Amino acid sequence: MADLTHLPVLAQIGDDFFGNREGAAERCPGNNGLCPGWIADNFDQYLSPLWEHVLLSLVPLVIGFVLATTLALLAHRYRFLGPLFLAFVSALFTIPSIAFYLILLNVTGRGFTTAVIVLTAYTQVLIYRNVTTGLQEVPSEMVDVAQGMGLSRRQILFGVELPMALPTIFAGLRIAASSTVGIAGFAFFAGAGGLGAEIFADPTFRGNVVAASVLMIVLAAILELVVLAVQRAFTPWERAVSS
Amino acid sequence: MSIARLRVDSINQVGDPSAQSSAEPLEFRNATKRYAGSPTPAVDGLSLEVPAGEICVLVGPSGCGKTTAMRMVNRMIDITEGDILLGGRSVKDSKPAELRREIGYVIQHVGLFPHWTIGENIATVPKLSGWSKARIDERIDELLELIGLPAETRSRYPSQLSGGQRQRVGVARALACDPPVMLMDEPFGAIDPINRERLQNEFLRLQAELRKTIVFVTHDIDEAIKMGDRIAILKEGGILAQYASPAELLMYPAEPFVEDFVGADRALKRLALQRVRDIDLWKAAVVKVGEPVSEVRAKLADADLEIPLVVDDEGRPQGWLSERGLQGERVRADFRSPADPVVELDDILRDALSDLLSSDTRYGPVVDAQGRVAGVLSMEVLSHALSVPAQDVPSATELAATGDGSAREPA
Repeated sequence: MADLTHLPVLAQIGDDFFGNREGAAERCPGNNGLCPGWIADNFDQYLSPLWEHVLLSLVPLVIGFVLATTLALLAHRYRFLGPLFLAFVSALFTIPSIAFYLILLNVTGRGFTTAVIVLTAYTQVLIYRNVTTGLQEVPSEMVDVAQGMGLSRRQILFGVELPMALPTIFAGLRIAASSTVGIAGFAFFAGAGGLGAEIFADPTFRGNVVAASVLMIVLAAILELVVLAVQRAFTPWERAVSS
Repeated sequence: MSIARLRVDSINQVGDPSAQSSAEPLEFRNATKRYAGSPTPAVDGLSLEVPAGEICVLVGPSGCGKTTAMRMVNRMIDITEGDILLGGRSVKDSKPAELRREIGYVIQHVGLFPHWTIGENIATVPKLSGWSKARIDERIDELLELIGLPAETRSRYPSQLSGGQRQRVGVARALACDPPVMLMDEPFGAIDPINRERLQNEFLRLQAELRKTIVFVTHDIDEAIKMGDRIAILKEGGILAQYASPAELLMYPAEPFVEDFVGADRALKRLALQRVRDIDLWKAAVVKVGEPVSEVRAKLADADLEIPLVVDDEGRPQGWLSERGLQGERVRADFRSPADPVVELDDILRDALSDLLSSDTRYGPVVDAQGRVAGVLSMEVLSHALSVPAQDVPSATELAATGDGSAREPA
């Protein structure tokens, strides 16, 4: 396989990182290294990285959702905070992940936590922007009539504005879900494993790359579907058919 | 009586929608709204009284402060100077949220919450007021019946209803806790003309029964004349130009601004405020085929019209008898011209006038609900009706209470 250890960032990852699957290509010479038989025989070696990848996707999504929504609600209540928060979460998104890991490795060290911090940071702009947009798109007469009927500010926010913003919020969450699954492929920079680690462990063996990549794509699709299912459960009025 | 007391009273009435509902008088006392940085007030010393159970329409051009004035009642906008009294109590004495639950609120775009079912929408204020689930359920059924929607509607979402149905639900939601006062901000503004007319008539019938004190905002003088027991015309700068009954406003506009605003056709508009049954009709010489001509001549001497009206055995108009029909001993069946237009006692004068204008004759027989001749309406009768003093001309709600209000409603 290609020797990537001369890259400084990968040097930090440690020598033991690259697996000992050297020679896998030799074991599957046919079809230019892509053979379903090998994948079927060795599928169980991807299960543990898959589970790591699930955690690397779900944990940042949950933390990111709570954080970004909190920021968005604060910005909704105190309007002057809006531009500040937007600038902050947008800036987070522009940091290249290698740089992000390099910086954090010196602070939080190698491992799951570092990966979660980076991945959570990347979800922020996607979720935050959709929550704020969703809240802004609630027609002003809804807030007016709610106020006119005697609902308190809090009742209007949680009873009217947030529920009405749900479709937009979930749309952001879906984008965040698939993008997090993708970006989590780089979690091996922090030594946090995942399917990305499998790919980079043996990047020249096609069977390996395809198996890990397909699993990532399937995981992204399933996560999106899960979010969609939750959205449908929470927004029954969206499906109401007029008679 | 305090608002709180009224609430308790109204609770006892739940279960019987036709029971007397609550209403309170409303008084603007020199109410003024000034915005910081604006040289002129938005509402300038507005003083007017709305008796309990009446509709007061605030009307005027844009920027006249009519919506601002309305929104000061439930403190959506704070009063700068002066006061507004609801049932004798200053609105400033209650907490805004509590005050608002006592005041029905209907806006132009209805503003039903799209994520709540119709039942949940109607239950908004009862839930805030801590009603039990059973009582809320009962109230929802009652209100749906009142606005003429089937009970199944409660589990539907607003997007599944037509614009007119949503508007009705908006009114039902505002009525949920039987508020003594309702605020309506251009409630029919976003509805097509045909449905608007139907909803207006329906609302007037509802109001004839419920008798709420209502502040109704519109920019449409025709709607104001139709809906108002009293109309307050505001002009730019939030100044009250005139506060009067619709008929008074049309007959005696207080200043050129009002005259302009009500329009050059104000005499015609007045005709919309009366029904045919309200005015003195001509007496006709009603004859039957085969009747001796001598008797007909005697009847003609007593009638307001020189032409005899032939009727059938049930008294229904058949046609006007010509001079040649009177030449024999007895009235002959031929020699008559058709008796149209036929006008009904319940018709609005404006519609009756339109009928007269679109026919060859300038008069027509008037029939009662059974189709029997009750008199004759003519242009002369109509122009005489316009000279009736304003205080004898009813408002639209009174009109709705006396007639079915839908005589000429588009189907």
